[in-house]
Formats: sequence, C-alpha cells, structure tokens
Amino acid sequence: MRAAARRGGALVLADGETFEGELAGAPPPGGVTAGEVVFNTVMSGYQEVLTDPSYAGQIIAFTYPHIGNYGVVDADFESRRPFCRGLVVRDLVATPSSWRATASLDSFLMRCGLSCLAGVDTRRLTRHIRAAGAMVGAFGSAAEADLRAAAAAEPGTDGVDLVAAVTAERPYRRPTARADGRPPWRLSVVDFGVKTSILRRLAAFGHVEVVPAGYGAERILARRPHGVLLSNGPGDPAAVAGATDLIGGLLDAVPVFGICLGHQLLAATLGCETFKLPFGHHGGNHPVRHLASGAVEITSQNHNFSVADSGAPGVEVTHLNLNDGTVEGLRSLEAAAFGVQHHPEAGPGPHDSHHVFATLDAWLGELHGSAPDGAGFAAGCGLESDAPADR
Amino acid sequence: MPRRTDIESILIIGSGPIVIGQACEFDYSGTQACRVLRAEGYRVILANSNPATIMTDPGFADATYVEPLSQEALSRIVERERPDALLPTLGGQTALNLAMGLAEGGVLEAHGCEMIGASPEAIACAEDRERFKAAMVEAGLEVPPSLVARSLEEAMAAPHTVGLPVIVRPAYILGGRGTGMASTPEELAAIAAEGLAASPISEILIERSIAGWKEFELEVMRDRADNCVVICSIENFDPMGTHTGDSITVAPVQTLSDIEYQRMRDAAFTCIRRIGVETGGSNIQFAVDPADGTQVVIEMNPRVSRSSALASKATGFPIAKIAARLAVGYTLDEIPNDITRKTPAAFEPTIDYVVTKVPRWAFEKFPGARGTLGTSMQSVGEVMAIGRTFCESLQKALRSLESGRAGLNCDPAEAAYDRLDDAALLEACAVATPERVFQLEAALRRGLGADALYAAGGVDPWFLEQMSLICAERDRLAGAAPGSLSRRDWRGLKRLGFSDAQLAYLWDAAPGEVRRARLAAGVAPTYKTVDTCGAEFAAETPYHYATFEDSDEVAPSDRPKVVILGSGPNRIGQGIEFDYCCVHAAQVLGDAGYETVMVNCNPETVSTDYDTSHRLYFEPLTTEDVLAVLESEERSARAGGGPGVAGVIVSLGGQTPLKLAGELPPGLVAGTSPASIDAAEDREQWGALCRRLGIPQPPGAVAGAAEEAREVARQIGYPVLVRPSYVLGGRAMVIVFDDEELDAAMAEISGDGSLGREGGLSAERPVLVDRFLEDAVEVDVDAVRDRAGAVLIGGIMEHVEEAGVHSGDSACLLPPVNLPAAVTEVLEGHTRAIAEELGVVGLLNVQFAVPRGPDGAPGGGPSVYVLEANPRASRTVPFVAKATGVPLVKLATLAMMGSTLADLASAGTVDGWKGPAPAPGAAEPWRQPEYISVKEAVLPFNRFPGVDAVLGPEMRCTGEVMGIDRRPGLAFAKSQIAAGAALPTSGSVFLSLADRDKAVGAVVGRRLAGMGFKLLATRGTAACLAAAGVDVDQIVAKLADPEGPHAVTLLDAGRIDLVVNTPEGRGPRADGADIRRAAAQRGVPLLTTVAAALAATAGIADQRDHPMEVRTLQEYHREMRS
Repeated sequence: MRAAARRGGALVLADGETFEGELAGAPPPGGVTAGEVVFNTVMSGYQEVLTDPSYAGQIIAFTYPHIGNYGVVDADFESRRPFCRGLVVRDLVATPSSWRATASLDSFLMRCGLSCLAGVDTRRLTRHIRAAGAMVGAFGSAAEADLRAAAAAEPGTDGVDLVAAVTAERPYRRPTARADGRPPWRLSVVDFGVKTSILRRLAAFGHVEVVPAGYGAERILARRPHGVLLSNGPGDPAAVAGATDLIGGLLDAVPVFGICLGHQLLAATLGCETFKLPFGHHGGNHPVRHLASGAVEITSQNHNFSVADSGAPGVEVTHLNLNDGTVEGLRSLEAAAFGVQHHPEAGPGPHDSHHVFATLDAWLGELHGSAPDGAGFAAGCGLESDAPADR
Repeated sequence: MPRRTDIESILIIGSGPIVIGQACEFDYSGTQACRVLRAEGYRVILANSNPATIMTDPGFADATYVEPLSQEALSRIVERERPDALLPTLGGQTALNLAMGLAEGGVLEAHGCEMIGASPEAIACAEDRERFKAAMVEAGLEVPPSLVARSLEEAMAAPHTVGLPVIVRPAYILGGRGTGMASTPEELAAIAAEGLAASPISEILIERSIAGWKEFELEVMRDRADNCVVICSIENFDPMGTHTGDSITVAPVQTLSDIEYQRMRDAAFTCIRRIGVETGGSNIQFAVDPADGTQVVIEMNPRVSRSSALASKATGFPIAKIAARLAVGYTLDEIPNDITRKTPAAFEPTIDYVVTKVPRWAFEKFPGARGTLGTSMQSVGEVMAIGRTFCESLQKALRSLESGRAGLNCDPAEAAYDRLDDAALLEACAVATPERVFQLEAALRRGLGADALYAAGGVDPWFLEQMSLICAERDRLAGAAPGSLSRRDWRGLKRLGFSDAQLAYLWDAAPGEVRRARLAAGVAPTYKTVDTCGAEFAAETPYHYATFEDSDEVAPSDRPKVVILGSGPNRIGQGIEFDYCCVHAAQVLGDAGYETVMVNCNPETVSTDYDTSHRLYFEPLTTEDVLAVLESEERSARAGGGPGVAGVIVSLGGQTPLKLAGELPPGLVAGTSPASIDAAEDREQWGALCRRLGIPQPPGAVAGAAEEAREVARQIGYPVLVRPSYVLGGRAMVIVFDDEELDAAMAEISGDGSLGREGGLSAERPVLVDRFLEDAVEVDVDAVRDRAGAVLIGGIMEHVEEAGVHSGDSACLLPPVNLPAAVTEVLEGHTRAIAEELGVVGLLNVQFAVPRGPDGAPGGGPSVYVLEANPRASRTVPFVAKATGVPLVKLATLAMMGSTLADLASAGTVDGWKGPAPAPGAAEPWRQPEYISVKEAVLPFNRFPGVDAVLGPEMRCTGEVMGIDRRPGLAFAKSQIAAGAALPTSGSVFLSLADRDKAVGAVVGRRLAGMGFKLLATRGTAACLAAAGVDVDQIVAKLADPEGPHAVTLLDAGRIDLVVNTPEGRGPRADGADIRRAAAQRGVPLLTTVAAALAATAGIADQRDHPMEVRTLQEYHREMRS
C-alpha cells in the first residue's frame, strides 16, 4: 500500500533550489546522499538505467512520473549493482504488475542500499536543470542546511575519474553465443563501466573477455584479440586516467570500436576535444542521422560530455544528433577505429542501432581478410579460474 | 527529400457523417491535412457530406464538395477536378474504402490521379485479414490461429481447426460492426451469419479468442526514406474482448518492461514495412498473454485513426499534419517539431504525465440494447484527461464525462453498488459494461482485493492497485473536516484526482466550503505543458493541463483574453456541430486581436488542437476546473500587465458550458446574460414571455406526480408530450395517447428506471406535460441579435418529418420550400420579438410548429405555435452557414463581444460578409431559391440489434449529412445517399401505413407505381390504396399470419428495396418494429413518416430524370453573392 508513513525529505541543488518529497528505498547514510543531478526521459527501462554504471556519481531524476510499474526483473540488470547515488521520482509504484517481475522496485532499492526521493515535482526539476545546466545536489531526511552543505561539498563529475570505481576488479569472460555457424571473433572489452547489453550483443559473434580499465595495451594485445571494444562508462572523458595512452597503444595494432565514453576516449586519442553538454542527453528518443546513408535512427543515450566537431585531422564525423547537432559517431581515416556516442546495444531503449554490431562483425571480416580460427581466449589472463564468469 | 513538385492538386476524402466507430476524429485529421497542404501551396479539393464539420468550411479547401460519399459522386468529382493525387488515409475507413473503389474501378487511372500516403496494394494487404495474417507470419510475427470463411459452411470448420472460443470479424468494416465472440458451434453459426452480412465482400475472419489478454496499441509513422517512429504507446484498461473504442485506454503503456516494449516496437516496424505503408501514420494493435508475455499482432489500420487522434492530443505530436506532409514527399527529419520548433519531427515523443481516455455511451437511448461491451464498438464519444498520475487522470476523465459522476467515487451514484453483496459485485465486475470501473471501485473499497478482481474481469492488477490508492485515501480522510486538513493531506487528495465536489460529498460539506478550505491551505492547481519531450526542450506551444505540483508554466500575457468553453464529449444531442462553433469563435476572436483560450476535454475535436486557439487547457468542464482556468488566466494577465479576461463564451458549446454560466463570475459571461438563459429555460418565465408577446404555445402545464399529470392531460386533451425538465436531447421524451401510457411514462421517470438515477421526479424537478400537435410541420429558425437590437435571420428550416420527431432526428429543408411567405413572415416576426424580449446578444434558435391546413399544406391552419427558444448555438448553425454562406457563428461571437451587425457588415472583414442582402434588391441568402439544401440525420440502429428503428421525440441520431442541389428532389436524394440509404430508382416498395397516413400514402403509392415500382403492402394498406385507385402487386402477410410471406422474410431475401412503414400513433406495434429492425439491419432504406415518403418520391423521380451533378460550396456561395 501507499507508504503513508514515508518520511518527508528534500532535494537541495547547488544553487539553493529546493524540492520537497518523501524518502523511499534505503535510508541514506547520515540522512543525505549527494551527486550530480541528471534527468532521464525514458518511459520504461528504469531498471536498466539504475544499474548502468555510467550513472556513477549521479542522482537520476526520471521525467516519467510512475517508476516501478513492472517491478524489477533479474534478467534486466546492466551491471552487478547500481552505481548511481540515488533516484528522484514523482511516484514510486509500490505494487508492480508483471509476469517477469522478481521484486518490487522499492524492495530492490532497499536491498542495494539506494535511496529515493518520491513525490517530487520532477517536471519543475527538469525545467530547472534544463535552464540552469547540470548541477550537483543532495537529498535526504537531513535538515535543509545539512543538505545544502552536502550539495556544496559534492564535487560532481567534472574532472573526476569515476571509472576506477566501476571497472571490473579482474578480467572475466563471457562465452560466445554465435549461432550462425561462422567462427566467432576474440573480442576484448575495456571495462570503463560496461553494460551487460553490450556484452550480450558482442557475444552474438565473438568470444568476449572483459578487462579492467587499467589492464594496459600490451597485456590486451597479448591476448590476441581480433578487436577491442572501448566500453561506455561514467563521467568526464578528460579525467579518465591512462585511457588515451591505453587506446594509443591499441590503435594500429588492432581494430578499435568505442561506445559512449569509449567513443569519447577514442576521439580524444585521435586528437578531438571533448566538452560538457549543458545538461546532457539521457533518454531513449534521440534522433541520430547516419551521414553516409541519411537514415535517422532513434537512439538510447546517456552522456553529459560530448566530442567537439573541431575538424581534427584524420577524423571523420559519421553521425550527428538531430536535436542539437552534436557528434554521435566518428571514425579514424588512418587507423581501424570508429565509435558511436549513443548506445546501439539499447538496454533500455530502441533497437534501431543494433545493426552497428553486425557492421562491427562485417568490418572485422574486412579488416582481417579471413575468417577467425574460432578459438577462444587463451588461459592465463589473470582470471582466478578460466571458467567463464558470466554475470 | 523535399516536397513534391510534380503534383499540384490533391483530393482529400472526409469520413462523412458522424457514426459510431467513425466520429469527429476525422474532422480533426482532415482539417489538419487541408490546412497543411494548402500552406504547402497545393490546391486542395475536399469531399465530405458532413455539414457539421470544420473541414467543410469553405475556407479550409480550395474546392469543397459537400456531396454524398458514394462512388458515383466521387467519380464525378475526380472527372470534374482531375486532381493529381488522392490522399485517402485521413478520412477513416470510409475514405479508404472509397479510394479503393475508385482505384479498382479505374477512375483514378483514367484521370491520371495518383494515390498518395498508402498504395492500394498496401491498403488491401492491411484490410484483407487473410492477407494481413499471412504477411505477418511471413515477416516472422505471431498472430492468433484463424481461418477465413466466405460462407457459413466454411465458417463451421473453425471449431475443428481453430478451436473455441473464437472471435468473428468481417472484412472491410469499421468500428467492429458485425464482430462477435462465439464459445459454442451454435453461437458461431449465428455470429458468422451476421458477420458475413456485415462485410461488403461477404468475408469473415474466425480467430481463436484471446479474450482476457492485455491489449496495446502503437501509433507508428513512416516516411519515404523508411524512417520509422512510434508516436505514442497505449495500454487498454479493459483486456482483449472489449473493442478498443469501448475500452478505457491509457497512454503511455504502463505494464510492459522495456524489453517487452522494445520487442513490440520492433514488431510494429516490421508490420508497417511488410504491409508497405510508405508514408504516414498507422495504428497497430497487439495482445499480450499476461501469463508469459507472448505477443501477437491483432490488426493494423494503414491510416490515421481514432487512436491517432488520441495519440496526437496525448503527446502534442500532430500526426495528421505530419502524415499529410509525409505524403507529399517530406521526410520526418525535414519537418520541424511544432512544439519545440528547434528539434525535428524525427523523434519519439516522451511524456511526463498519464493520459486516460474514457468512452461515453448512450445505451439509455436505446431500450432493448444489451448494454454490455464487446468486440463491436458502441460508444458515441469519449473524453481524455491528463494528470501526472494514473489516478489523477482517471478521476479527471470520469468527471469530464458529464454522466453524473464526480470522479471514481464519493458521489451519490456510488451507493448503487454498495448495495450488492460480494458475489453479485464480483459477478458484475466480470462483465465489461460502462459501469465496470465504478463496480471495481466499490469492490476494491470493500476490500475484495486486486487478485480477486483480476481473476474476475481481467483488468490488470496494476490499474486495480492504483485505484485502491484512491479508495484508501478516501477511507483515511473520510472522517476529516475541510478546515482540519494539512496542506500535505490536501495535496495528497488532489494529486489522486479528487474533485472538490467529491470531497464535499465525502464530508457532507458545501462545495464552496471545501474550495475555501483548500485554498486557505494553499493548495491550488498548477498548469503544466504538453510538450512532446518531457520538458527536455522549451515548448513554444501553450497546451496546458492542471495538476497539483510546485510550479506553474502559464506564460504572462498582456492581451485581452476570451475564454471559450467547449462542449465536452460527443454524445447524442451534442456533438461536432458545437465544436465547429467553438473553433469559429477562436478564429474570429483571434482575428479581432483577442488572445483566445480554449477549455475542452474531447480528444477527437479540432477545438483541442493546440493551434486552434492561442492557449489550450485540456481540462474537464466542471465548475471547479473552469474557475481554476479563469484564475490561471487572470494570474497570467497580472504577471504580464494585461487587461485580463474580457469574456467567457458559454453559448457555443451546447448545454455543457451553458450549465456553468451561473457559476462563473458575474459580468464575465459574454453575450446573452445568464438571467436571460434562465428565462428561456424556465417554463414559467418562458410561458409568461410568450403570453406578453402574444405568441401561442401548445397548451400544457407541469406535474410533480402521476396524478397531477393525469389532471393536466384531462384539461388539455390527448395526445400529450411528456418530458422531464432537466434532461437534454429529448431524453425520455414520449408522446402518450391515454392515461395508461401516461402512467407508464411517469413511472419510468420517477421510479427505478434509468432516469430515476438522473434526478427522479419531484416538485423541484417536475415533468412537463404539453399538448402534442398532431399533423404539424416543425420549423427551426436560427438568428443572431446584437446589443443594438438588430436581428439577422440566419435561416428558416422546414422539417421533413412532422412534429413529434425530435428536431435532431428529422430531415430539414432550407429554404423552407413548402412554407408560404405569409408563414415565414410570422416566424421571422416571432423570432425577432423573442430575441428582443429575451435580450439575446449572440445566437438564438427558435422552434415552431406550423399545423397543416385541411389540404395538407402547412400554414393553412389557425396559427403558428412556438415550442421552445434556446439563446445559444443550435445543432443547425453549421448547416445554415454552409447552406447560405453566412458566417453565423463568427458574427454572433463578435456580437457577443460588443460589435454591432451594422458595423460588421460595413467592415466586411468577417469572411467577406456584407450584410443580410449583399446586393441591392437581392434576397437574403436563406431565401435563395437557386438551390436547396437538405440536412438528413444518420441513425445508429444497425449498432443496436433488437432496438426499434422508429423516430420519436427522443433524439437518437449520431450525425448528419447535407445534400445540395438545384432540384429539391435531387437534394433530398443526395442526402439519402449520403446518409447511407440511397433511394432505389426501381424495384419493390413495401408500404405499411398507419390509418391517419393512408390518404397521403396513396399519393406516394400512385407516384411510385407510376415510375414502375412494384408495390407490396399489408392487407389494410393495400385496401386503402385500392380504394384510391392504386393497385398493389403483392399482399404481405402480418407476422402472426401463418400463411406468409412476411415482410421480414422478404427483406431477408433481398426482395424489398424500400420500406415505408409509419407506426400507429399509439406507439410501435410488434409487426412494425420487427420490419423496421430488419430493414435497419439489412441496410434497406426505411421511411417512417409519410412526409419523408413524399420527399423521397420526389427524389426518386428527380434521380431518374437527371444525372448526378456535383458542385462546390464555393460555387454555390459565389452564385448567391453575385
């Protein structure tokens, strides 16, 4: 039933704007949780959003009012746990309805220690962020002054390396699920905060080995991958320690493909500037034009930073966002490398860009000129055991 | 790809009259298409027979053909106009079927006309259920098992191959007509036979029933470059088994996880691509097994539909407008999003609120109808409400319905289900009816639990759990007093959608007291914006809804404002014609420099398009909601330094806004004062006014009880017309001929009959008993009066059916060709006098009865009686405006805001109107003898098997058509074709006449026989005809007669082409009712009055002698002005 006993709480933004609500989920330690506040416009897929490591350091406000309608589903997690700092909703639905549901969202929040501020005028919050730009905030049951202080002390995501907190501690593998009879590729994934949906997509045509962000180019190349995927991940690309060195060490040696943060890091390595968007793109309805074909795809997006179209030599912009004209994809004219800013793996969101993975498969074929031997990664990459560790 | 330059002219086909399953959503879509294509520079040719629409306003197309939507008329139009292209996807099933006919008949090819938007192949594939299913299976999508049958024998194989239960769906039908569910072979035989008859190609699909599964719809758009987007997802509250048009529906989808939703989205794109709808919008329906998520495709509409109108209003994405532009070659990314102006239309709207649509039915008007919902649509209108939560939007929708409910509960009507025991209540919840949502509430409130109710009726537990929140909050605060509530409690209640009226009932307080306490606690609505993007981008379009949040988004403004109150849901007696009026008001007031503010809750209409007025509030039309809008606008004026609200227009939206007039701040009501409105409505004041003016009324009096009614009847003599004093559209009006019938009528009104709940009988709510004038012609007069006292007679219409048939159900002629000038002069004089005496400023409609003289001609009798006067827009105003070219509503609106007719005439700025008679010596337009306009009513009897298809004082038509021609007979014949009952020009006529009609009937019989018709008649009628020298070819037996053949048998055998059956004065007798029912079901033209039969005879004669010609309204109007 409706939690009439829910405690009152508030969200205070860095500029002092205050939003009233009621606390749900796990009580935040010390009565306060802080982070960069972003709004997401998806109407379904809250579970995937909450468990996407790219939201590390952030408080997620959903623009759609009812969150929790179909509960949570074990199969839909995008990572081992949520890395976001909390969520803000208009209505946290207490009683879900779905044959797939394994728990209510509220109980899931309790279980993983995530706090929620419900009952908030999230449209006011969205309009405020839209106008004032991305900003940090704090919510909880603490006194308003304490929330204000917490917001002031919160560093946000600019210049902060959030990857270290989300990347895998040690390598792990995902077995291939290639079903078309062709031999699978060996695909290394550099985990900047990778989503399970990406691994699922890759497994459809490759043996997948996920390595920590700090694994190093040499060790990756030693695994003899046919291609390396630079994963999505949280925060400011400029702050990710060692990433451009890593990528620089891979380019020319192996085909490289980036998604979201991985795309930004690839672009930075190729000489592009990155910058922070006013309030980011977080949703499942962003139109992206593939410049070569003219086709428009509706894409899943989640990023606060973007690659500047600054005409870096040797880089070709391949995709543009139709809403604000920002770069959505690029490729290197010199190295075998390309990236997309949006999320072709969806999870959540539309499947319009799923074909990117088929393109990747075909591209590897062209680059390598011959079919792979089909063998998986060799043992000894630092895994505690070589048994596939799926998650 | 830019706009196509190889085409210059485009023909758009409208959907014709409003019928169940095809209502004013196609006025919305057609109007948008006309506007956008003209703006693109194309010559737009429009064909539509419906005079009440905005789209048939001569200003919306270059050539407007108000002609029957028949293959013949359309062929003439194509021959005459030679359009380069035909856009068939915006006029519903009617337009699609006609376009297919034109394509298959070679008419398009012969005249070089290309079908755009959807190809004939794509339409055929989507519409032919067998092909559709095969295509879906081939594309890898799942569909329910089925078979197609073209005969009853083929149908009866289904139990073996498909299984039972099954759903039967005829091919090429709209609104689910002829569909049904069968659980046994016997039921299958009956339903299959009905379905085969309903399908124009005698083909049905028999499909394994998936009743009880969850039902979803996606509104999809595709462009020439194969870009596809979902505009809106919709989830049905009522599971499969209830037609989506009869379901409560909710946007967006609530209970699908993203994995499931995206799979459905993929399937929708696969579907639209496989069917090959190249450009435009399609509606694709899915069913999902709640147990394991199995998804099947149910059907697809390769065109703009009712759901796309809803989706447009629900998201702010103008589907019809975009579809029209896609059809002429644009791609989605080339079209800007109207709302943000900065982002393209190539995206998917995301919304940050919940939209609920609730249908409105009219079962009370059709005694004998079952009242349960099924696969055949029966609702006549719908409301939509927007709230931040499902609870809020549901309660807002329910109070928008104007069906006597203040919300989901907390009103006097809730007691009805509290009386039932648990078992009876659960049983009721298992059956889909208009009342089910309230029964579910009653069950939840007593703790029956979502699980039990889900098991009983299949409504998803998510909806039930949400409704439980409303019940729980009601219980929690039931004992509170208005003054004792905290701000948080108030906000909690309002966020669940409770109206002040509900709370007043709950706390036994006055609504004013609740309101004061709430405002004192600081809780007032805030207005949010429908912006397609969940506030991600700034919205340029002020399309608002109320909710209870922190901040408000209504922009400050400095212009004087006029608030126009719309007409709410379509219902019988109040429909699209009032939307036409409100839209005209918005147009002319905008031109005059006012900021126009529309308030309405009907998603099907043009008035609720965000660009019809400057501001749109999608809100219920109740006192609380309207007052809040006025406050919001005053706030906006204060913030912007503007003068504020200059007026509220209450007289253009039918009874809905008129009822609110007394509740509005005094002085704000534009035009006729609330006191004058009351004077016309209040029987005593009205009677006194007529006596002062010396205008005769039929004798009558009020009665508070049955005995009083008998006394009145004794004094004035039978027959008498009995009507409750508080209902609309002739609800429960009856003509009675003796004490026994009178007692029955009074019992229906006072007792536990359906009217008991609507108010019952009391001294405060008496019944009106009037002498019924037999054998009189009824006449409607529409007029405008300005504040200076000048009166413009807009038109005088002569009804075809005699007095006693509700004016809305009667055909009428303009000019009144059978009324002598002396009579029209008297009518005009009376109208002017009444307008003056009531102090009307704006529109006035007066109804008169003109008794026929001994020769049968009207006006030969002693006097002219006035029946009633309504100082507001009438149902006939759009018809009059189209028949005469005079912009009555625009003139009236400006008159209400203070202009004089003289000023308007001399300025000539209102659609070029230059006064009553534009040229010196010319007649006023309504007198124009050059051509005749006929308005004909369209009745929904084919939707209600078992209901007697006879006309009476209770209005039952859903829509109307117009026939225009130089010859009265042809104008009438066109109106009949347009109404779907084309008169035969040869064949067999069956006559069965009431005694009083036999003299005139003989004239009809003689004329028909003279034209070579074979006459069939009942014995009595035949004898009469014989006595008048007319021989009957075949005597038809009464039903009770074992000999036969009976009329019903002959009708079923297709051996009768026209039925003239006038009921005996004392109410329908069994025989007549069965014959009329059979004719209505078979689609055989049926005339139930001799007056109509006479008009039809003239029509048949003209049709035989003259080929059909078509002309545009613009040509007619030009001719009149020259």
